[in-house]
Amino acid sequence: MTGYNFAYLDEQTKRMIRRALLKAVAIPGHQVPFGSREMPLPYGWGTGGIQVTAAVLGPNDTLKVIDQGADDTTNAVSIRRFFARTAGVATTTRTAEATIIQTRHRIPEQKLHENQIIVYQVPQPEPLSRLESSRIETTRMHGLAEYGLMHVKLYEDITRFGHVSLSYDYPVMVNDRYLMAPSPIPAFDNPKMDMMPALQLFGAGREKRIYAIPPYTKVVSLDFDDHPFRTTRAPHACGLCGATDSYLDEVVTDDRGGRLFVCSDTDHCETHRDVGHVGSEGVAA
Amino acid sequence: MAYVAVKGGERAIDNAHAWLAEDRRGNPDVPDLGTDQIREQLGRSVDRVMAEGSLYDPDLAALAIKQAQGDLIEAAFLLRAYRTTLPRFAASMPVETDQMQVRRRISAVFKDMPGGQLLGPTYDYTHRLLDFTIAAGTPPPKPAEMPAEPVAIPHVHGILDHEGLIERDTPAGGEPFDLTREPLAFPAGRDLRLQALARGDEGFLLAMGYSTQRGWGGTHPFVGEIRVGEASVFLTPPELGFEIDIGDITLTECQMVNQFAGSRTVRPQFTRGYGLVFGHGERKAMAMALVDRAMRAQELGETVAAPAQNVEFVVSHCDNIEATGFVEHLKLPHYVDFQSELETIRRMRADAIGDILQEAAQ
Repeated sequence: MTGYNFAYLDEQTKRMIRRALLKAVAIPGHQVPFGSREMPLPYGWGTGGIQVTAAVLGPNDTLKVIDQGADDTTNAVSIRRFFARTAGVATTTRTAEATIIQTRHRIPEQKLHENQIIVYQVPQPEPLSRLESSRIETTRMHGLAEYGLMHVKLYEDITRFGHVSLSYDYPVMVNDRYLMAPSPIPAFDNPKMDMMPALQLFGAGREKRIYAIPPYTKVVSLDFDDHPFRTTRAPHACGLCGATDSYLDEVVTDDRGGRLFVCSDTDHCETHRDVGHVGSEGVAA
Repeated sequence: MAYVAVKGGERAIDNAHAWLAEDRRGNPDVPDLGTDQIREQLGRSVDRVMAEGSLYDPDLAALAIKQAQGDLIEAAFLLRAYRTTLPRFAASMPVETDQMQVRRRISAVFKDMPGGQLLGPTYDYTHRLLDFTIAAGTPPPKPAEMPAEPVAIPHVHGILDHEGLIERDTPAGGEPFDLTREPLAFPAGRDLRLQALARGDEGFLLAMGYSTQRGWGGTHPFVGEIRVGEASVFLTPPELGFEIDIGDITLTECQMVNQFAGSRTVRPQFTRGYGLVFGHGERKAMAMALVDRAMRAQELGETVAAPAQNVEFVVSHCDNIEATGFVEHLKLPHYVDFQSELETIRRMRADAIGDILQEAAQ
């Protein structure tokens, strides 16, 4: 696009973001403040992820953007177009073909590999924010690795409900040191973060924080010995492709309680159907 | 039934934006609104958008207002997103507001003082009656004129300073903080706080300032003075080594005089709260001065209890571009997270019913 630098941000800004990214990779799970810029998209709509993607994107990259696991949700379309317009890079919906995947709320079902980077959009980088509102205080707690407050919260959930009531943005310990918000991915996706071969980068634009998980880093969802971490998914097979291992969206089909469960990861669903799988409501490819 | 996954986000976006453009234009039989008309006739909107958009450019602000259909926060967002792409070639010298070409200057603490009270163009003392001659487009009567004589209009706090009755400006220490380049950090210095307030939402600051008047962190304020006018902006290019005047900007400044700090050993002085905004924006400048003073509670040895005194609370929430983005992002799809909540609540309810049945069986 004329009048703008490659991938919108000027090179000095990209350097500033890359410095923050390097620091973030060096201290896995630690939130690094950065001079987040005002983007032409609103705060809360992926400005952190966009800035991180802009800073790591090269002309030979292939970009995939998903929101809720899908490539065709409006905000994913909008962000993909933004980079197609400002950087002219190739885009794809195929998880396997992408070199950079920007995501909101999901990790693709297909295992990521070493030559990929996944960029998470993060609304609230501070995992302790709901328990302690002051960032002066939470910064101190991270410094001292003082995470008892979070364990107490999980314990109170179990005594009250019999379960941990968190079902997304479920807190994780990274590299046995930092408590980290995995962004609002369903807890179902948490295990994918552990020892992932791909580099995981997290951008929070409004809160002006960047953090990272280098490849092959230990990521553990918080739990107790007698209440181990459990993932949940709707107990159904995908209506379109028949997959029984993927995370499902619940689609309301009528006003009489009719439901259809389909893969939230649209590429996973299509790939599964392309090789001949058909669900109960699907049509053969 | 064969279900086809929802597709067509791209086409939907294009169609929605085309509809928006048509909606923005309104009835094509009504003449198109010129940005020069907005700049000239909706000046207070232009000023607010420049202040919250943090960019002094009345023409661009007028365009932003037109493009945003008069949604002033959306317009400020447009200006901010443009501003962030501009190169930063120099830092200006502090503006000398005592040298301002004043068109309005009032004080609530002295009946008269050097420079006098100058009412200027104000809504104060208008009766809020809808004026149908404005709808009819009747030209306004010509206001009275008198030859302008260059009169020095010193700041009112200077008068109090002669007796040592009011705290002095502390000299700025080095480069001021710039929260558009550096991430916000706490504890936040007064330079950062004032920058955040100057860019902050008028409505938020108004409510915060108002809360201090109702007992939530009272500051006993008096309007030392409010002045509105044109101030020259100077910068010193390193290659020249001397100041050059790069143009005038309209500013509104409020100097609030607040109750004392001191003790039996340190002689008490009035304290100050400060407000400065682009354009003619008295409400914002006054609210800013109240909140600035409230946020100095800790520095002045007061108890920090009220929201307006809590620096982290005020500074983290005063920016309407951040606030509107995050509040409105709730309309983005959240069905993955909601699905996980559904599964969790179903599981909890099943367990609860299981427990109840078990108890009943015993």
